[in-house]
Amino acid sequence: MAKKLKLPLDKQAIRDLRAGDRVLLSGTVYTARDAAHQRLYELIQEGKPLPFPIENQVIYYVGPTPAKPGQVIGSAGPTTSSRMDKYTPGLLEMGLKGMIGKGYRSEEVKKAIVEHEAVYFAAVGGAAALISKAIRSVEVIAFHDLGTEAIHKLEVENFPAIVIHDIYGGDFYEKGVRAFQQ
Amino acid sequence: MRVIRYEEIVEKVAAMCQEANFELGEDMMNAFHQALKTEKSETGKEIISQLIENAEIAAREYMPMCQDTGTAVFIVEIGQDCHIAGGSLTDAINEGVRKGYQDGYLRSSVVRDPIGRKNTGDNTPAIVHLEFTEGDRLKLKMTAKGGGAENMSGLKMLKPSDGVDGIKAYILDVVRAAGPNACPPLVVGVGIGGNFERCAYLAKKSLFRPVGKRHDDPDIASLEIDLMEEINKLGIGPQGMGGTTTALDVKIEVEACHIAALPVAVNLNCHANRHKEVVL
Repeated sequence: MAKKLKLPLDKQAIRDLRAGDRVLLSGTVYTARDAAHQRLYELIQEGKPLPFPIENQVIYYVGPTPAKPGQVIGSAGPTTSSRMDKYTPGLLEMGLKGMIGKGYRSEEVKKAIVEHEAVYFAAVGGAAALISKAIRSVEVIAFHDLGTEAIHKLEVENFPAIVIHDIYGGDFYEKGVRAFQQ
Repeated sequence: MRVIRYEEIVEKVAAMCQEANFELGEDMMNAFHQALKTEKSETGKEIISQLIENAEIAAREYMPMCQDTGTAVFIVEIGQDCHIAGGSLTDAINEGVRKGYQDGYLRSSVVRDPIGRKNTGDNTPAIVHLEFTEGDRLKLKMTAKGGGAENMSGLKMLKPSDGVDGIKAYILDVVRAAGPNACPPLVVGVGIGGNFERCAYLAKKSLFRPVGKRHDDPDIASLEIDLMEEINKLGIGPQGMGGTTTALDVKIEVEACHIAALPVAVNLNCHANRHKEVVL
């Protein structure tokens, strides 16, 4: 049974999550992938404010396809998270509480997740048409010139994901693979 | 000399780009359904079910199955007795990609230069490989190749003494290191032989063979089957969350090589294994 979670996540909800839990997320998430992370990083370096309040928020690593007329959004599945690893510890330190992506995270990110009591979710990579059905509204809020890589504010409802890294150091990739290794 | 018009190529390419992204091939759908029967992990089964549902939505609603609609990669078999009128073949392919991706609301995923990284805005340029053949036909083979799995691919110049065991060990290393990043269940494309650049091309080319179809050479076919079994024992499973379906298929292409060389290339394809083919 999947757990229903409201976004932004509250502290207790994060503490209750364990690696391997299936969740359905509802509320606000912000999209950012390679180019947007690079820009956020530059703003932080320059001591400038970020284009959205990052505290307690969740970032979704995605670059959606363009919406057809009548669509809220095009296909919108997760991209590989490790490309954002360089920037993630800094964002966690600023209060980011959750990330949705796919694939491995670096040791630094895993450590920062534990230290800052955050959570890393994976969505099913490539299930992008299916996932798009959970997205109710879209608004580009920063870096319009980046197109698909701009920061979009999404309202999601019952967005399916799985907890990979929890605040206790749990790692569902490691655990899942160990169970089936021959 | 048969004449093929530039515009005809443009139209065909545009249509292929969209079909590849909207409709997963029957070979892949069959592989999903087969995997659903054999997968041991409950999470793995659920993921495969979601991939089937996702492919059905994409085909029904003409929407891309994956938001990464890929780099458009072509292998063009051009008969030496055919002539393209009205412009260059490369221009025709790029115009077709531009049209297909823009009209189909497909994502532009190509940057003009790898350091400046400005998006070209229309998914061009395509990557085009030419092969000359006899006859007067033009065969266009296209794949929309996603970035996640491409990033986890690799090439190694082994020593001849490494032999088949060395080849297998390297392929398993690449798949293991890719883990969840390459979006398993995978189709694993392998090139063995040739030289440095040719080997990578062989690996890419192998992925154009339909899933489930074995190599004509029985020895290579048996190596494909062995590798498939060994890869599926790694436990990586669907999306790297554990399971018995890490690869849906392994494809190998081999070619002559230097007496000092044993090049091996592994080109991973995610489950969005999108290939189309037309003959003009």
